[in-house]
Parts: sequence; C-alpha cells; structure tokens
Amino acid sequence: MNKPQYAIELVDINKRFGAVYANNKVCLNVEEGTIHGIIGENGAGKSTLMSILYGFYQADSGLIKVFGNSLQFKDSHEAISSGIGMVHQHFMLVDNFTVLENVILGTEGGALLHEGLREARKELTRLGQEYGLKVDLDATIESLSVGSQQRVEILKALYKGAKILIFDEPTGVLTPQEAQDLFRIFSALKNEGVTIILITHKLHEIIHITDNVSVMRAGKMVAQKVTSKTDREDLAELMVGRKVLLQVDKEDKDKGEVLLKVNKLSVLDENNIFRLKDVSFEVHAGEVVGIAGVSGNGQSALLKVLSGISNITQGSVEILGQKMDSKNPIFPDKLRELGLSHVPEDRLRMGLISEFSASENSIIGYHNDKQINGRFIMNNAKVRNECAKLMEGFDVRPADPDLKSSNFSGGNQQKLILAREFNRNPKILLIGQPTRGVDIGAIEFIHKRIIEMRNSGKAVLLVSVELDEIMSISDRIIVLCDGHISGRVDAKSADERTLGLMMANAYDTTNNLESN
Amino acid sequence: MDDLLLTLVLTFDAALRVSTPLILASMAGLFAERSGIVDIGLEGKMLASAFAAASAATVLGSPWIGLMAGVIVSCGLSMLHGFATITHKGDQIVSGVAINILAAGMSIILGLAWFGQGGLTPTLTYDQRFHSLSLPGIDIMDNIPLIGTIYRELISGHNVLVYLAFIIVPIVWWVVYRTRFGLRLRAVGENPKAVDTAGLSVTKLRYKALLVGGILCGIAGAYLSIAHNAQFTRDMTAGQGFIALAALIFGKWKPYTVLSACLLFGFLDAVAVRLQGVVIPGIGEIPVQLIESTPYLLTVILLAGFIGKAVPPKSVGVPYIKEL
Repeated sequence: MNKPQYAIELVDINKRFGAVYANNKVCLNVEEGTIHGIIGENGAGKSTLMSILYGFYQADSGLIKVFGNSLQFKDSHEAISSGIGMVHQHFMLVDNFTVLENVILGTEGGALLHEGLREARKELTRLGQEYGLKVDLDATIESLSVGSQQRVEILKALYKGAKILIFDEPTGVLTPQEAQDLFRIFSALKNEGVTIILITHKLHEIIHITDNVSVMRAGKMVAQKVTSKTDREDLAELMVGRKVLLQVDKEDKDKGEVLLKVNKLSVLDENNIFRLKDVSFEVHAGEVVGIAGVSGNGQSALLKVLSGISNITQGSVEILGQKMDSKNPIFPDKLRELGLSHVPEDRLRMGLISEFSASENSIIGYHNDKQINGRFIMNNAKVRNECAKLMEGFDVRPADPDLKSSNFSGGNQQKLILAREFNRNPKILLIGQPTRGVDIGAIEFIHKRIIEMRNSGKAVLLVSVELDEIMSISDRIIVLCDGHISGRVDAKSADERTLGLMMANAYDTTNNLESN
Repeated sequence: MDDLLLTLVLTFDAALRVSTPLILASMAGLFAERSGIVDIGLEGKMLASAFAAASAATVLGSPWIGLMAGVIVSCGLSMLHGFATITHKGDQIVSGVAINILAAGMSIILGLAWFGQGGLTPTLTYDQRFHSLSLPGIDIMDNIPLIGTIYRELISGHNVLVYLAFIIVPIVWWVVYRTRFGLRLRAVGENPKAVDTAGLSVTKLRYKALLVGGILCGIAGAYLSIAHNAQFTRDMTAGQGFIALAALIFGKWKPYTVLSACLLFGFLDAVAVRLQGVVIPGIGEIPVQLIESTPYLLTVILLAGFIGKAVPPKSVGVPYIKEL
C-alpha cells in the first residue's frame, strides 16, 4: 500500500470553553490498524479532542473524517455507529449490573431483554476467545478487579462494532502486570485490524507500544512523529515546551536517627475491615521511604493514622520519641507542633478549601500561629505577604495571594500545599500522591524539592501509586498489599517487575521465584 | 372463634383498601427514584390528582373521566418536577416540596372558587364514583368453610382500582427487570454517565420515568377521592405520599418488597382504626391519637434500625451534568 489508509482524520478542530481554547485548530491523522499515542500535559486538550471524536462534545468548527467519510457527530450514538469505541479513564459501567447487562446497555436488540442477552452471550464468548479477553459474563461489576472491569469496557466497545478504540489513560489504575496484559490485548486487537488511540502522560508507554505519536500542548497539536524516530527526552520537551530533566539527581546520603517508628500497626475502618494489618517500619532522618502499592491497599489509612486523623486499633507509632497508640491518640495539631507535616493524598478534599483564597489556604492548619494572630484579629496583611513569599519560592503561578484556590491549576495548587507544609521546617514529612494530576514541568520541580528536604535531614514518607516516582525518589521502598507489607526493597536494586509482583502479593521472597 | 376470624378477615380487608394508594404511589416513586430523581412530591401529586378527579367526576359525571383528569394533572406536575430538576438541574427536594405546597394550596383555592363548599368538592353520587365489584362464584365458594369467608370478604368486593394496584406490582417488576426500558431505567439511576456514553439520552429516560410515575401517582390520587371516598376533602392524602416514599425505602426500591412494606403500613393503619375505643384491662382506653400515630412511629423505628442498610440507586438526587 503506497498511500496510508486513514482511520481518522481531524482537520482544524476548534473548541472553546468560555474564553479558553481547549482545542485550537487541531489536526490529527491516524493510520488504520496502528496504535497511535496522544501525549500532552493536563489541560493540553487531549481529553477534549477525544470527547469530540466520540461525540460527547461538539466541535465549534472543523472536520471529522472516519474511514474517509466526513461526519458530524451530534451524540455518542452516532460515533458508536460509525465504529468508534472509547474506554474511559473512569469506567462507564453500572456497578450492580452484570457484565452482560453492561455490555448490552444501549444496544439491547429489542424491547425485551431475553433475546438480546442470549445473542450477546454468544457474541461475547466469541469475542472473548478471539482477543483473549476472559471475563465471567454473569459476575456483577463490583465483584470484578479493576483489570477485569477494563476488559469489560473493551468488550463493550467491540460488541458495539468498534473498529477504532480510544483508551484514555488506561494504565493509571492498573498494576504493572495488569498493564502488561492490557498491552498484550492491544497487540491482539492490532493484529485483527483494530485501530487504537492511546491517550497517556506516561512517556515509556508511548515509546514501548505505539507506532505513531502526536503531542499536544496548550490546546494545539505541536508535533506528530513516528515513535521509532523519537525518544522520551524529545517528547517531554515537546510537551512542556522546554528541556525537562526526567531523572532526579540525588547523591547518596548517610541516614540519621530514627524519627518515625511504626510498630505492629493495625487499623480498622468504619466498616470494621482491617485497612492495615501488622505493619512495622522505621523512617530515619535524611531518607525517603516510598510506599508503593495499587491504590486502595492501605496507603490512605497509613497516612491518616500517622497524621493523627484516624485512630490506631492495635500497635503503636513513635513520632519524634512521642508514643501514639489506641489509648493515647495525638491529634493532628499537636503532631504539627511536634514537627510533622502532612501533604494529603486528596488535595481538593483534605489539602485545600477550594473556595478560599491562596493566602487563606497558605495558613490552614497553622492558623493559630502566634506570628500571624493579634490579640483578637488575624493579621491579614502579614498572611498575604507571607503567602506572596511562599508563592515566589515555590513558583506558584499566578503569584496572586488573593486568587481563589480553585482557579489555580492542579500543579500550582499542589505547589501551594507543599510550600505551606515545607515552610514550617518540619522534621518528618508525610507526602501522599505529590504529583497526581500535576504536569511534567511541575513534577520535576516537586521532586527536586522533596530531595532537598531529604538532603537537609528530614525523614520523608512518600506514598504514591506512580512506580516511576517511587523508584526515582525513594531510598527504600515498602510495598503494601491488602493492608500488609508484601515487600521491602532497596530503591537501588528495585525493578518494576519485582515491585509489580509484590504489589499483587505474588512475589515469593524465599526463593525469588514468581509464584503461581 | 368465627367472630375472631371474621374480625381478622375484615381487618385484612380494610388493610387492602388502605394499602392501595400506598402501592400505586410507591410504584410511582419507584420509577422516579430508579431513574435517579427523588420524588418527594408524591404527596402533592396525589392530592392534586384527588382534587382533579373528584372535580371532573362531579362536573362530568363519570369516574373514568375523573380518573383521567387525575392522571393528567399528576403527569403535569411530574413534568413540572422534571423541568425543574432535569432540564434546569434544580434541587430535587426543593422542587418536590414546592409541588406539595402548590397542590395543598391550589386544591383549596380552586375548590372554593368552583364549588364554594369550604374547599370540599360536592359528595359524589353512586354513578360518579368507582364502586365495589362482586367477583363471580361467591355462592359456590361460600360452601367451603374459611376459604369461602376469605373469598367473600377479602378477595371479592373491592373497586377496580384496588385490583389494578395489585396487578400493577408484577407488571412493574417485569418492566424493571425484563425489558429494555427497565434496564436503561436502572442504569440511569445508578450511573447516568454510563448511559450517556452508551449513546442514550439521560434526559429523555428520566422524563419517561417521571411520566410513568405521574400516571401511577394520578391513579393513587383518584382512588382516594372517587373510589375510597366520595368527595375531595382538604389535605385528604394526610401524609400518605410520604408513607409511600418510606415504603419505597423500606422495600429497598424493589417492587415486591415495596409491596410488602405497603401492606404492612396498610395493616397497621387498619388495626389502628379497629383499636379505637378498645379498653385494655389495667390500662384503660388507648388514646386515639396514640393509635393513629402508631404507623408513623413504627415507620420511624423500622427505618431507623430494623431493616438493615437501604442502599438507594447511586445517583438518586444528583442532577446529571455532562462533563468528563
């Protein structure tokens, strides 16, 4: 074939939300039967573009061609019938429905369900075998693992006749092994002639599995490349618009005394389920201990207990020599006074009050500080000045202390929280998901600051679902699975495969062989 | 012994009559809430429909026209609720409460203006209302002890709307669990986004659900004024819309369990009526007020702790706003 056959051609797509161009004259060509990556920072317009392609939003202007036919989608239904399927980042599944019911929703094939369910069962069994997508069709969604739920989404799209599949950040919720399985499915799909569009911010995924890659920045398509002729540094630079350091430089450092000691800690949640089981570890001054694990395996409970928000059920924690257990809780304000700072995982729910201004948020938790309080009223001018200084030091943009927090981007909100917590000169730092929803440029900055804190002798406990992040910043790595520690490794000797097995609790420590 | 049996049968008989509007209204609520719309306006819709049905039956002389008028008015209010909460994404509780207030006020004002009887409608004549049907074969069945009594007093002798209410429950079950509409209805109340991305209209589905609810609620209201009673009186629903809503929660949004909840509430109500004026040895006469409040008290107690966790449809009460 001389001229490539395009599955999708987008010409000059424009989409505005208010005064902001989410997509500005975006063009995209996707060859049929290839895996095409779309990469860009948060807010670069990737998701908007894909939503337009999927008929979820309508473009203000521009042309959409699918397999050479010019189309104008009024809703998702039309996109689906022209052969486009989408696997969303947050699955579009009804939790208490069975797999089968979820798949036929929207294409039931008649007013009564009986016939449609029978047909679907036959067809899905065939599709499952053809593409290696094994799922129990009668299981309810809530009983399935995240990886299986994703397979249901893929089956759903294929059942509706999709020839083009769009994946929006598909590996964000998967363990490395599940991600490998997904990529195997990608290959199977590609072999059958399905075109795949992969939206991601993970550079290594782009390099490993795509044929072509398009880069978006600030609503514009800045480059389209053949993957084999580019590399990670090149793509990162295109995304951010300047050179980016992907590797964090950190020198070896001798660790100091133990500042945080967790001793046989168990925690029951409000539903009487053990979130943490018999967890013990220590964090020394001058080291970063990374907590790895698939989201929801006890990391949140650990941060909440250590920061004094939740109660301990069994065991104890020693923080800077002070003992905390089920009978002697220490409240968060006391812990803060002792010298423990906490950057919460969920910055919008626990880190900030999004309706407050930046300056108000810059003192939350420290609002009783004598420095900023007069006898009766708070010294607002001082709060604002201090905040301006913090914003300068942490490169928060725009540097306006009076701006409402919800008007900052995710990265800048996070920098504001880090500034607040780092500024009080704590001895122990608890940091949860420091770069979730944060763009590459800000990630680089945040990582550097965390390393600085370590180098100045703080004890840092880092919780993150991003394995790359854990591996590049930590000195030691602890893996949590289902509330207990399923692995401990030195960061230098850690590799993704081993950590992945530990995260799934499938790592046999006795002989270093993969069990099962 | 026979006396006790007869009393028991008659109490059950009364329970069926009292349960009827509860069943119809809670099935109406089931459609609305399964689609994700809180339907606290059941009470108001029933009241408005009761008034409309009685008025139309008086003026036009036919219970069927009365029933139709009740259904139309109830559907109209349902659509108003939909317009406020689906189209304009307003607060569902506020809209529902507004409908309740609107119905309470309007029924009295219009009643005064049209009939001048202090907000009541004129008493309906025999031809203007639904009356009891005698089922065939009573004479034959009467020869069988027990079953004969039950057949004559309990099964036979109700008006058509009572039978309709009991036939509707399995139909609702079938629609909800066995049809395309039902699948989409359940899906839109759980995860409207999944419905939207499947290429279906959340708005249309929710309006449809409210319309079905409007019809059922209209029948419930008409039953009160032109079948169970023979005129419209002020506030004649007396909280039955809320009890229906309680039954819906109590029955965990499932047709048959909701039916049982309605029957339980109906039975308590019937017992309460029977117990009025009864003297209990050592205690004396039970105050009427206490008896009348029993079903409500029991509702609160049961809902508070004896039915386990009622998990509502996940998206109930949340307007659907399209975003990623």
